[in-house]
Amino acid sequence: MKHTISDLEDIASQVRRDCLRMVHAVQSGHPGASLGCADFFTALYFEVLNHNPEFKMEGVGEDLFFLSNGHISPVWYSVLARSGYFEVSELKTFRKLDSRLQGHPTTHEGLPGVRIASGSLGQGLSVAIGAALGKKLDGDKSLVYALMGDGELQEGQNWEALMFAPFHKVDNLIASVDYNGQQIDGPTEKVLSLENLQAKFESFGWHVITSDGNDMAEIVKALHYAKSLTGKGKPILNLMSTQMGYGVDFMVGTHKWHGSAPSNEQLETALGQLKETAGDY
Amino acid sequence: MKKYTYTEKKDTRSGFGAGLHEAGKRNENVVALCADLVGSLKMDAFIKDFPERFVQVGIAEANMMGIAAGLTISGKIPFTGTFANFSTGRVYDQIRQSIAYSGKNVKICASHAGLTLGEDGATHQILEDIGLMKMLPGMVVINPCDYNQTKAATLAIMDNEGPVYLRFGRPVIPVFTPEDQKFEIGKAWMVNEGTDVTIIATGHMVWRAIEAGEQLAELGIDAEIINIHTIKPLDEEAILKSVKKTGCVVTCEEHNKFGGLGESVARLLTTEYLAAQEFVAVNDSFGESATPDQLMTKYKLDPDDIVAAAQKVIKRKR
Repeated sequence: MKHTISDLEDIASQVRRDCLRMVHAVQSGHPGASLGCADFFTALYFEVLNHNPEFKMEGVGEDLFFLSNGHISPVWYSVLARSGYFEVSELKTFRKLDSRLQGHPTTHEGLPGVRIASGSLGQGLSVAIGAALGKKLDGDKSLVYALMGDGELQEGQNWEALMFAPFHKVDNLIASVDYNGQQIDGPTEKVLSLENLQAKFESFGWHVITSDGNDMAEIVKALHYAKSLTGKGKPILNLMSTQMGYGVDFMVGTHKWHGSAPSNEQLETALGQLKETAGDY
Repeated sequence: MKKYTYTEKKDTRSGFGAGLHEAGKRNENVVALCADLVGSLKMDAFIKDFPERFVQVGIAEANMMGIAAGLTISGKIPFTGTFANFSTGRVYDQIRQSIAYSGKNVKICASHAGLTLGEDGATHQILEDIGLMKMLPGMVVINPCDYNQTKAATLAIMDNEGPVYLRFGRPVIPVFTPEDQKFEIGKAWMVNEGTDVTIIATGHMVWRAIEAGEQLAELGIDAEIINIHTIKPLDEEAILKSVKKTGCVVTCEEHNKFGGLGESVARLLTTEYLAAQEFVAVNDSFGESATPDQLMTKYKLDPDDIVAAAQKVIKRKR
């Protein structure tokens, strides 16, 4: 372990503060799933990934990460800054004119850590598969990680990609699904049910593991376990249960905070529930 | 009128297949992807010699575009292959976000463009692809005119960093450009120098423009014919130089008149040098089933149509 679980939890608390302050400052952005995925991103960048914050697009010999549900950019930007890809102070430019921190992640402005634009949903898994195939062609043994939202699994392209990866034995790929059960118009169960996701993925030929994405010890363990499963002929899918808005009592477990910003008062209440551990930007 | 001859007829898609095979030999970063149309795209030679660098994605074009984008990250040069319809409209947002906006070095190679796909009909005959692709910032759009030029273009785009749309077709047509030509992206090819009217053509229409030029010569009209194989970036200098000499222009393309080469030329002329223009293009219509030749006649893309357009535009000269 590079960090103790308690250290990682502290970092995740700071990341959650960053997410809320970024979204509050411009009164736009997506706090709900950013909070829900703060533990996953912290575990990934501070514990699991073999990566170099001296960013190079090609990432030779490094693990690569692709975010498909680009709207949770606040949590990614925070973790990239906190792990050394760029100055933490740059977080204050989020969604502002001439910023590298666009509403949804892009390569266009050259933000270190981002290798593909995402935001229009359903495309990230295909890109991650391509990157994983590239590593195989090069004999590069490092891994490729991807995160998708559960709602975006309603996009058909995901199922093209889900069918492709096992058939082509893309076993250097660990895809996680942020299984929070919420989307803009309400619970996924009501909007368009995903039914039995685990069975679907398994029937497509993935090695599926399940995890609690809001339990730091468990998500670290799950990601290490996923790593141990690579190179065995199957891509790995981490079906990761999270709660939207996790860490802030009035935001938790509802789609209401998918894309709305907190007011001044709400921000103050929320920050009161999240320890400042590494200094606000 | 300069004399053009040919000894054989070949399809431009075979020029792509030959070019791809050669590209694979020259650069080990070249990879090819196909969505269940290997035979139609003439990819067999590449697959035979470089099986490890070929990815069969099945009938899943959106996934193909995403995988191609991902492959560029480690420095691969992916060439995607499917019909023009499924290379553009079907996957427009995937190209827009994962390739164009992300600045990825993907070569989108599209066969069976336009009416000359023939009997399969309008579901497969895209006439809007040039417009769709040229609107994407940074996208290079190329529509070569014969087998040799398509082969040369395929090799040229390998060395051109950034996203490219390469459009070619199904029918066999005369091979009249040199085998050893150097293909310069964005550089017009002067087919025939003339003084009375500028005929600008792309793709399959270039040979038809040559036939029209011969007819015009018999009528005493000296046509300048330019092959614009690169629709974007457009060789504005070559076009302006010609139109300033002739004072009028006919644009010829196997594409809807909206959004194609003709509109790119019109935009140039309205901003730089006003001149009369006629469009030989499909008049805002879908295609239909028939032989390629029947369709080119019905949709007014024959040499006779170019001749009529030239005569008309000459009368409108200022």
